[in-house]
Amino acid sequence: MHVVETAQAGGLFAYAPLIILFPLLGLLVNLLVGRRLGERFVGLVASGAVVLGFVVAVLQFLALRSAPEGARVVVADWIAIGSLSVPWALKIDSLSVTMMLMVTGVSTLIHIYAVGYMHEDVRFQGDPGRYTRFFIYFNLFVAAMMVLVTGDSFLTLFVGWEGVGLCSYLLIGFWYEKGAGGIGNALAGKKAFIVNRIGDFGFLIAMLLAFWAFGSLRFDEVFLRAEEMGPAAAGVVTAITLFLLVGATGKSAQLPLYVWLPDAMAGPTPVSALIHAATMVTAGIYMITRNHVLFELAPFSSNVVAWVGAATALFAATIAVGQYDIKKVLAYSTISQLGFMVAAVGLGAYVAGMFHLVTHAFFKALLFLSAGSVIQGVERGHHHAAQDHTAHGGPPFDPNDMRGMGGLAGRMRTTFTVYLIGAVALAGIPPLAGFFSKDEILAEASRQDPIVYWLLTAAAFLTAFYMGRQIWMVFFGRPRSSAAAAAVESPLVMTAPLAGLALLSVVGGALNLPGVHTLGHWLEHSLGVLEAGEFNPAVALLSVGLAGLAVALAWLLYGRTPLAEGRPDPLRRLLGPLFVGMENKWKVDELYDWLIVRRYVDLSRFLAETVDGRFWHDWFHDLLLARSFRRGTRWLSDGFDLPIVDGFFNGLARLTGRAAGGLRSLQTGYVRNYALALLAGAVVVLSLLLFG
Amino acid sequence: MNVPTAYILVLAAVLFSIGVMGVLVRRNAIIVFMSIELMTNAGNLAFIAFAREFLSTAGQVFVFFTIAVAAAEVAVGLALVVAIFKSKHSIDIDQMSSLKG
Repeated sequence: MHVVETAQAGGLFAYAPLIILFPLLGLLVNLLVGRRLGERFVGLVASGAVVLGFVVAVLQFLALRSAPEGARVVVADWIAIGSLSVPWALKIDSLSVTMMLMVTGVSTLIHIYAVGYMHEDVRFQGDPGRYTRFFIYFNLFVAAMMVLVTGDSFLTLFVGWEGVGLCSYLLIGFWYEKGAGGIGNALAGKKAFIVNRIGDFGFLIAMLLAFWAFGSLRFDEVFLRAEEMGPAAAGVVTAITLFLLVGATGKSAQLPLYVWLPDAMAGPTPVSALIHAATMVTAGIYMITRNHVLFELAPFSSNVVAWVGAATALFAATIAVGQYDIKKVLAYSTISQLGFMVAAVGLGAYVAGMFHLVTHAFFKALLFLSAGSVIQGVERGHHHAAQDHTAHGGPPFDPNDMRGMGGLAGRMRTTFTVYLIGAVALAGIPPLAGFFSKDEILAEASRQDPIVYWLLTAAAFLTAFYMGRQIWMVFFGRPRSSAAAAAVESPLVMTAPLAGLALLSVVGGALNLPGVHTLGHWLEHSLGVLEAGEFNPAVALLSVGLAGLAVALAWLLYGRTPLAEGRPDPLRRLLGPLFVGMENKWKVDELYDWLIVRRYVDLSRFLAETVDGRFWHDWFHDLLLARSFRRGTRWLSDGFDLPIVDGFFNGLARLTGRAAGGLRSLQTGYVRNYALALLAGAVVVLSLLLFG
Repeated sequence: MNVPTAYILVLAAVLFSIGVMGVLVRRNAIIVFMSIELMTNAGNLAFIAFAREFLSTAGQVFVFFTIAVAAAEVAVGLALVVAIFKSKHSIDIDQMSSLKG
């Protein structure tokens, strides 16, 4: 791999920084004047900024067609301390441009959708003034994501990495005063931030290790030196890659740090689609792919990556089966699919991982957005129903609960169609996008690691099953609540982007068809020549067969006899305690709470009450310092200051007083006395003059 | 008739001593004042005597100054005596002892 040094990037590459600048401009405009100009303008500015970003991405794509080796665009000097020199530079190669196109493209559609979605959401939640804030955060996110994918050093990538984390936090807690107990959403945001910090810490250590071992933070230089050092650097490279994996498990929600992602669904649905499904959570996979040289030098780390991914894929899929919240199912599905991607990059199948990353962005954004459409449809129905029957008793209404849905296919025809497309794509049924990308990962796994392969296959089976379960629960049967019975289809501004994403989900597989490998050849410029994954008919047949079986099973359980209102899930009877485990997310949150949070609180309380309170404050400070100081000062004042210092000066004063009292009597006040003294003085002076 | 200078000086010394005695012994402010005048004029007499002895006019000029200053002093002094008498109804200078330490 040779380092491309293009300080003065010519031609279209020079426009690359605009892709960060446009969203920033959009957010500045909205920040300064958005509130005064109304929703229409805010939405237009925010979406326009992202569209312009997409145009820049397309320009970079065109530039890469003629100069496939890419370019390094130096924007400014950033940090220069001693031997550490990190300029702010953008790395434009086929990998970063792929991410740019995907992120800005999907962002554009989601921004347009959000114009419609947030218009209603801010009114359902009762604070229309927050509309502008949403798009400010959204544009900030796009800008941060662009910093992340264009960074040419660990440090610039890290800035974007933290930036998207911040936006994620801000947007999860967007309705911070809502949620369980009036604080649930804020807690979800906090949880996401803190869990991500653990991952970020790993990334930070990896970055510092890389600088310590290779004396640079630039990707190209680090890779070059790591390759030059060869086996001598094996230990440190393994450590770096393992810490990078910790970072990836945080950002990309892998075992054991995935727990924040399901809670992140507290954010508005466009946030779930953009940040927590399509773009930000793929940053970990992108980062591992970007560092593929290091991972290739550390086979052990790569294996760990593959195992973590495969385990996560299956684990999260089992939980998704037992969820009732329409967005929670998709959240666990996202974790599971991210597991597929992580497993792929762990196996060295970087192209397959990136391929699945892109197709997953299409169909998972589609699924989340149509889930948002379903939720708002139900919510509209709820408002209708609430107007008809006043005095609404029973438990509080939850528009996300699939047990309260059913029969929506007829009432929300467009949403149903696109949801079905997304679900089929996710389930891996040909010829939709999900089949090709997932199959490439499975084929690669079957060639390399049977354990990973079987874990992923089981996860794929469950994927098809829980998507079937969801489709039948949400869209078929009879409505299980008055709200679902009165559900209303969403407006065109929301359904149009859905149609666009649905189209991408159908044809996305064409990016990297078996035997053609368009994406593979495209990424070769960044990743080096990789062995093209062989299409394996047996693997494809098995996965399609299992998907079909899973769908059939889902029909048997949820389609043939639809779930009736108030009835338990049929799986509960079938699987017993196993289903209870899935339903309760295997109690991982409770385990972490007991194992880490509770212990941490105990430790904090011990430190606060015993170490700080009793030892430091009561004993050391009050007893040792304060009392001995008080005693010392009392001795100084009573034993030294009063008798000795004061005595000396008082004695001096008394002496002066007495002497003055003696001299006082000389002043008689009688003029004749003074005259006599004058005479005596004159006589003395005269006699001294005359006889002296 | 030519009086020797020494005689005049002795006379001046005698006058001066009488003045001193008057200031020290008498308590009447007016008398004290007159005694001071006596001392002043004893000094004047000595000046004149030396001026005649050395044929110099400087001594006579000094005397003119002394007389002028004495005139001013009398004016201030008598004014003081009047003021004291107004407040104390007495001109006994031993009554004026409020600056006693």
